[in-house]
This record gives sequence, structure tokens and C-alpha cells, in this order.
Amino acid sequence: MPMSDRTLVQAVRDALYEEMERDDRVCVLGQDVGLKGGVFKATEGLQQRFGAQRVLDMPLAESSIAAVAQGLALEGLLPVAEMQFADYSYPAFNQIVNEIAKVRYRSNGDFSCPLVIRAPTGGGVRGALYHSQSPEAFYCHVPGLKVVLPSTPADAKGLLKAAIRDPDPVIFLEPKKLYRAERQDVADGEAAVRPLGSATVVREGVDLTAVTYGYMRAVTAQAAARLSQDGIEVEVIDLRTLRPWDIETCVRSIEKTGRVAVVYEANRTGGFGAEIAAELAERCFASLDAPVSRIASPDVPAMPFSPSLEHAFMLNPDKVADGLRRVARY
Amino acid sequence: MAAITALDPGRDRFCLYYRNFAAALACGFTPEELMLAAFARAADPSSGGRQTPGNFGSRRRGVIIGSSTVGPQIPKAAGIGLALKWRGEGSLCYVSFGEGATSQGDFHEGLNFAAIHQCPVIFFCENNHWAISVPQRLQVAGPGVAERAAAYGIPGVRVRGDDFFAVHQAVQEAAVRARSGEGPTLIEAEVLRLQSHSTDDDQRAYRDAAELAAEAARDPIPRMREALTKRGWLNDEDDAALREEVNREVERATDAAEASPDPDPSTLGRHVYADV
Repeated sequence: MPMSDRTLVQAVRDALYEEMERDDRVCVLGQDVGLKGGVFKATEGLQQRFGAQRVLDMPLAESSIAAVAQGLALEGLLPVAEMQFADYSYPAFNQIVNEIAKVRYRSNGDFSCPLVIRAPTGGGVRGALYHSQSPEAFYCHVPGLKVVLPSTPADAKGLLKAAIRDPDPVIFLEPKKLYRAERQDVADGEAAVRPLGSATVVREGVDLTAVTYGYMRAVTAQAAARLSQDGIEVEVIDLRTLRPWDIETCVRSIEKTGRVAVVYEANRTGGFGAEIAAELAERCFASLDAPVSRIASPDVPAMPFSPSLEHAFMLNPDKVADGLRRVARY
Repeated sequence: MAAITALDPGRDRFCLYYRNFAAALACGFTPEELMLAAFARAADPSSGGRQTPGNFGSRRRGVIIGSSTVGPQIPKAAGIGLALKWRGEGSLCYVSFGEGATSQGDFHEGLNFAAIHQCPVIFFCENNHWAISVPQRLQVAGPGVAERAAAYGIPGVRVRGDDFFAVHQAVQEAAVRARSGEGPTLIEAEVLRLQSHSTDDDQRAYRDAAELAAEAARDPIPRMREALTKRGWLNDEDDAALREEVNREVERATDAAEASPDPDPSTLGRHVYADV
């Protein structure tokens, strides 16, 4: 199978390139996606290859980025819109939540709106309050949207290709801290596609299940390695897709381990991890030997700029290991 | 009605807003279909009884499904216009809204984008000078809506919205520009609000009685009758027959819609996603 050595952001760019080659309805729009190739280089070289029409530099106005993408989708194109940071998707919130997500439902199936909105998400890059937020819970709350949050180059590529082919609108959140964190062999072409809604077991274990996603996958895996040294074996599950999320993989794991913690980077209260915890408590009550636990970021408005404050905000392997130990020892 | 009849339903796209019952009729919706929506019946072609009446949608008629928030259709129409421009078949997108919507960021974002790319879009503002109870002087800074077109380098046209022929002509001219690649036009049609905003609202509480009387005297329907009579296209007998026919059709449509079944509760979860 042909493979390429890729970072996560290169894998995103490859997915866009391959899908634009494969289907001329696919187009890309956003701020700085054309001439510059994206502030993170996720669209590098696309405009040179596919032209300024299919790779469209947009005005600095997120609502119209979402609205124009919607208009193109309603006319049969397959737009992939980029929000420069997930924090800046809020000006487009009405277009995404009231318009795009509800097109199919409110027209009783007469119209559909297949599009992808990509946005870098999460912190840990000294991005401060407005380049670090994790807004996935807002979008996971909305029927009609699908939400994907990959954590490896291969998942990013495979899930983005699947999202572009999906008949419904997909919010595709990319952990910016992982854009260049690791390289991985990533399949080329059709072999790369990965279905939405499927979790992956990152590490097997029998004592405790940790359900996580995004940048927290790597942090949780490091924490699990430390617990292993103490003889506690943690099963780490990366959800990859948040709506719909793979409940069955989590339930099967908890039936084996009897304990579960949900690890997520967003603010604790009302985070998507709270929904995961509630669902798993309901589904797994009879299997549980400990309360379902959440390990999440503190309820402060957003991630501060100062390194000391950013460090205090972010989960790290130490904090996650402490949380996991508490659940294991309960 | 005057605007839509200057366009080409079936070829053009229409982003109507939730006051556009006459426009919906002009786009091909039947009175019975509008009444099906009023009764929220399963056979309502726009949404199967899911939305409040007035949110029109029909793919085969090119009427893009609306919603109940104010203004989001404006930049959406710009996007549709971009796709139509790329297709290059000379079709255009008509989008309508009230003057209240021109306070929204989406209005400015939509005009800006459509003007940058010279999208074939007709922005049609029905300015009745009142957004529920808020008058234009507390809503629109500057002389009016049409003048805002200048900021985007596109034609801005103000017409008497109660003058059928003036509106028709303004839209026709905008359509010629759009179809020939000359880009968008903003039309401000100054219309009357002869009745209160809704059945819950009584405009006599906040509008001047003399102003209401002056507006009533400008009711476009009697003025249309006058214009048609003057041209010899309508006599009293035809007028009476037409009115009777319309009343009969409204009665028939109302009865038929009322007798039509409600949506099956088991369909509540359908069409959230493609596969359900």
C-alpha cells in the first residue's frame, strides 16, 4: 500500500488535495486559504493547483464564510470552509446552528447541506484566550451536525476524506498542538478513508477505562504508561468522532474494567465529556465499581497567555495520572 | 408579486423571508399549499408542518428553505449567487428582507461578498419603516437603506413599494444587470404596513392615527384596480368576478388544508441526518 510520512497538518492538506482531485465539486474557502495556503499551511499549494475559484480567499467575516459555504452546498458543490481558529467560529454560530444544521430537518428532507467546516482547536501553543478554546460541546449539542476531532495524522486524513463525502454538515476540529507534533505513515488515496463514528482502543488495559479525544489522547496515553509502572493497566479509548460517538466500544471496555474516567481539554462544566460520563453512567451502572469521573480543564473563561497560567490551566500527564489513580483506587 | 413576476421562477433562486406570502404565490406555491403550512399539516410542501407558516421552501421551484431568524438568508444568497455565476447560465438569486434585517451584520457581510465577486443577486428590502414597534429613525442610520449600496460600490435603488409597475421595472433592470455579469443590486421598496405586526400586536398603541389613515389611503390593491381600469384591462364586473373567485379559492384551500392529516408523531426524528 503506498504510504507517505506525514504530520497531522500535512495529512489534512493531503486529504483536501486528494478529494479535490477526485471530485471537482469539492472547493475550499476561508481566510488566507489561497495565496498564503492557510495560517497553519493546511491548504498549502491548493490554489496553485486548483485555481482561485476552487480555493477562495474570503473576507474576514466568519458568518459569511459559513453562509457562502452553505449557499454553495445548496447549489450542489461540496465546500470545505476553514475557520482560522475554532474560537472565531462563534460569529458564524447562527449560520451553523440555525441554518446549516437544520436545513434538512426544516425542509422535511427536501434540501440538504453537505459541507465541512474545519477549525484548529485547543490549547497548549501559547495562543491565549482567543486561540486556544475547545468549543466542541457547543456543536455536539446540535442535532443535524456531525463533529469530528482526530488526534493522529492518519485519522485526520481518513476522517476528513469521509467528512467531505458525508451527506450532512460536519464540524471538523483539528488539535493545533498536534499539527506538527508527530509524523506517521499515512495511506494514499482510497485506502486512507476512515469511517465517522468509530472509536479506537489506543492502549489495552483491564483495571480502568479512560475515554478521551484530541490532544488528550497523547496526554492520557502517557499517564497510562505511568500507572502501568505501578501495576494499574488503563485501557485508553480515543473517540475520534464526537457526534455520533462510539458508545459501544466504551461500554464493552467498561464491562471489562468496571471503572471509567473521561479526559477532555475543554472546561469541565457542560463539556462534551460530561455527556459521555452521563451516558456511560446510565448504560454501565451495573458494571461500575467506582463513580464515573471527569478529568477536565478548570472552569475559568479561557486559557491565559502567561506560561505559568497556561500550564496551570492545561491538563498534563501528571494531572491526568492523578485523576486516573483516584478512580483506580476508589 | 411585482418583483417575482419580473424574474424567472424555475430558473432563478429565491431566498424569501417569512412575510413573503404573495411572493411565494408568484413562485408557484398554491393557496392550498400555503394553508397546509398554516395548519401545520403533513402535506405542507415547505416543511411538512415543522416550521411556522411563511418559511417557504421548494427545491423544484428554486425557493430556498427559509428560517425564522432575521437576515441569515442575505449572505447565503451571496453564496448561491457565486455558484450561479460559476455555472454561467445567466440565472440569478433574489433575496428579500425587511429594513430591520439591514441592522444585522449578515446584511453587510452579504452585500460585501456579493459585490466583491459581482454575484448575480438582487437584494430586495421591503422597508415598511417599522420593525414591530421600532421606527426607522431608531433602526437605520443615514438617509435610508438604498444609500448603503454605495458603500459596496453597487447600484442602490429606492422605489415606491406600493407602485406595482415601479417595483416591477426596478427588479427587471436589476435582473438585466445580474444576468449580464454586472453584479448585484440593492433595491429598497418603501412599503406600507396597513395592519399590525401580528395578531398579538396593536400598532395603534405606538403609531400616529393620521399616519395610519394616510397609509390606508395608499393601499396598493385599490390603486392597482384603478390603474387596470384606466388602461381598460378591468371593468367593475370583472373585478367583482375576480374577487369572488379569489374568495372561493381561499375558502376551498382553507377547507382542504384543514381536512388534511397532521404529521404522524412517529416522523418526529426523520430527516435529522441523511440516513434517518
